Amino acid sequence: MNPVVWVPADAAAVSVGADEVAAALEAAGATVRRNGSRGMLWLEPLVEVETDAGRVGYANVGAHEVDPLLGGVLDDTDRCVGVVDEHPWLTGQHRVSFARVGVIEPTDLAAYRAHGGLAGLERALTLDPADVVREVTDSGLRGRGGAGFPAGIKWETVRTARSDTKFVCCNADEGDSGTFADRMLIEGDPFTLVEGMTIAALATGATEGFVYLRSEYPHAIRTLRRAVEVAYAHGVLGGSVLGSGRRFDLEVRVGAGAYICGEETSMLESLEGKRGEVRAKPPIPALEGLFGMPTVVNNVLTLSAVPMVLADGGAAYAALGTGRSRGTQVFQLAGNVARGGVVEADFGISLRELVEQYGGGTASGRPVKAVQVGGPLGAYLPPSRFDLPMDYEAFAEAGAMVGHGGVVVFDDSMDAGAMARFAMEFCAKESCGKCTPCRVGSTRGVEVIDRIRAGTQRESNLVLLEDLCATMTKGSLCAMGGLTPMPVRSALEHWPEDFGVSPAAADATTDAMPESATSTTGGARP
Amino acid sequence: MRQRGPSPAPAPAPADPGRAAAVRALAEGMAPMRGPLLPVLQAVVEQHGFVHDDDVPVVADVLNVSRADVLGVLSFYHDLRRTPPTAHRVALCRAEACQARGAEATVASASDRWGGSTDVEVGEVFCLGNCALGPAGMLDGALHGRLTPERLDVLTEGWPA
Ligand SMILES: Cc1cc2nc3c(=O)[nH]c(=O)nc-3n(C[C@H](O)[C@H](O)[C@H](O)COP(=O)(O)O)c2cc1C
Ligand code: SF4
Ligand code: FES
Repeated sequence: MNPVVWVPADAAAVSVGADEVAAALEAAGATVRRNGSRGMLWLEPLVEVETDAGRVGYANVGAHEVDPLLGGVLDDTDRCVGVVDEHPWLTGQHRVSFARVGVIEPTDLAAYRAHGGLAGLERALTLDPADVVREVTDSGLRGRGGAGFPAGIKWETVRTARSDTKFVCCNADEGDSGTFADRMLIEGDPFTLVEGMTIAALATGATEGFVYLRSEYPHAIRTLRRAVEVAYAHGVLGGSVLGSGRRFDLEVRVGAGAYICGEETSMLESLEGKRGEVRAKPPIPALEGLFGMPTVVNNVLTLSAVPMVLADGGAAYAALGTGRSRGTQVFQLAGNVARGGVVEADFGISLRELVEQYGGGTASGRPVKAVQVGGPLGAYLPPSRFDLPMDYEAFAEAGAMVGHGGVVVFDDSMDAGAMARFAMEFCAKESCGKCTPCRVGSTRGVEVIDRIRAGTQRESNLVLLEDLCATMTKGSLCAMGGLTPMPVRSALEHWPEDFGVSPAAADATTDAMPESATSTTGGARP
Repeated sequence: MRQRGPSPAPAPAPADPGRAAAVRALAEGMAPMRGPLLPVLQAVVEQHGFVHDDDVPVVADVLNVSRADVLGVLSFYHDLRRTPPTAHRVALCRAEACQARGAEATVASASDRWGGSTDVEVGEVFCLGNCALGPAGMLDGALHGRLTPERLDVLTEGWPA
């Protein structure tokens, strides 16, 4: 009999040769099935052979190794990682949103159902909209896109808004460096997102939905479009959701290469076909969102947590996590890390566990110098801060942010001054241009950091930089300009020597300023 | 920061006569969509490689918006190119996670190799969602991970200098 072999079709696996491996396996007579990625990205392409004991994994397989693989030659080498479900990287995690990712074929609706899919939607159809929203409120689910706003409150606002037309918009712009969980979920288990959006629509009275998916993700675009087609064909979407008589139509829209379109109002402008310029709030999108109608805007991972919340009840989800951060978070380990990938765990896990235990330190083998948590607008943290628990409030208190859960590791060759400069440069390139502190301030920021690093009137330029950071933090319309000072200040606070500044001088500067490097108020991601 | 107004790039040669009709038909087909302007311009890029200056009045006319509206959207998005694409395109990620893995060396090697080339365009992107397997890049639209200057050379063997 032909062996059944699973080869991920996930973009990350494909980027290191998975398609070639799949083709070679097929040519060698194997039955190839394409799953998402298990998230053990350092092992990609991770090929799994079905056996009586379970799916046995082989790491970093190349197309030229297909014959030895099928012939059992790799079995006694360290390339064989054993039964994948029993791998310690996975068994230590708590996979809720990612339960099916890497396990099933992404657009196989029967497999989705067999693995617990659609149970949440079926239950939602038996409840009143207000009760569906109550389950989400009770779950304590907060927005995973960065701001951590309670999903239930947002939904209740849309539910009680009076309008004939309401929308559900999924923010799948995922522009942050070091984040890829939205992409992996869409590529590995797209029906979870479709189901979550449909539940959101039923709960709020919306009849139309859009997924705003970035153009940098061609694989995800293809998979999601296919999943939407299948969902229509099987009556999950369309005029009568699962035969209920309730309508929900869903469309995938592709971005056009603009980081700021991840900001929700800018995303709505873009969905309307316009320049992606940030809108002033109020009005909030829940009341006046897409085309001026009440609109739910949620991140991919927020919406993807909803089916489980409905299937098992809000209380079950709320039982996970710590403090006011309930449930699980999908952390993404990236950058210079030995074992990069996806770690889904309850909130409260420490940065140290993520970087050292899961990540295994740096890929280069050199000491860790810093991690940047929460994307390009997040703080750089030194190893002395690694015992910080992953918790929205604890991070905010420490002058940092959890953001979308990205953890980017740097070794000791990192130049913190150069990264601070880059933060300003990125803001200058990606600013929507609507407000002056961000548009002009970021360009000035690059110049001031250059002067500090060159030793030109260093003292007065440090004061100027702090002043600029305070202006951007307080005066920007959105968190693009408002949070760019976060990486800059944290870099200066922890590694002043990378700016040519002696640690004592840096202390004096930050102490003298009311807006010290630990301040995160104002301009917080809305 | 995003550009305002027309592209500073040299205006492309006049569009061929059939193009206006093709763009018009495309825009008319998409006009019933909600918020059609951006999708129409994306479709023009997809089918014709770029948005020609001569396409602007056509799209404006069909969608009943001003030319300024079209130019405003055109100048905002990185993907909406206004000059013909080159034979090959390299887009290398320069965001933090890829920098942490040495992306700048690959970027420098690519600019050395193709700087000034009319056949190969080297661009930068900020995150392709492949941050655990960086440095990442797109070569003619295909995603690659674990890029080094050497691997880039292997993957683009035979490309013009
Ligand atoms: C500059 C900027 C970029 C953002 N990028 C994203 C993004 O890529 N994806 C996302 O879901 N939210 C992003 N956000 C947050 C959104 O504005 C918004 O808070 C979120 O989509 C709401 O969904 P949630 O409550 O489910 O998190 C960004 C915010 C800012 C200010
Ligand atoms: S802070 Fe920057 S991105 Fe945000 S509205 Fe102002 S100019 Fe636009
Ligand atoms: S930072 Fe380069 S792919 Fe994400």
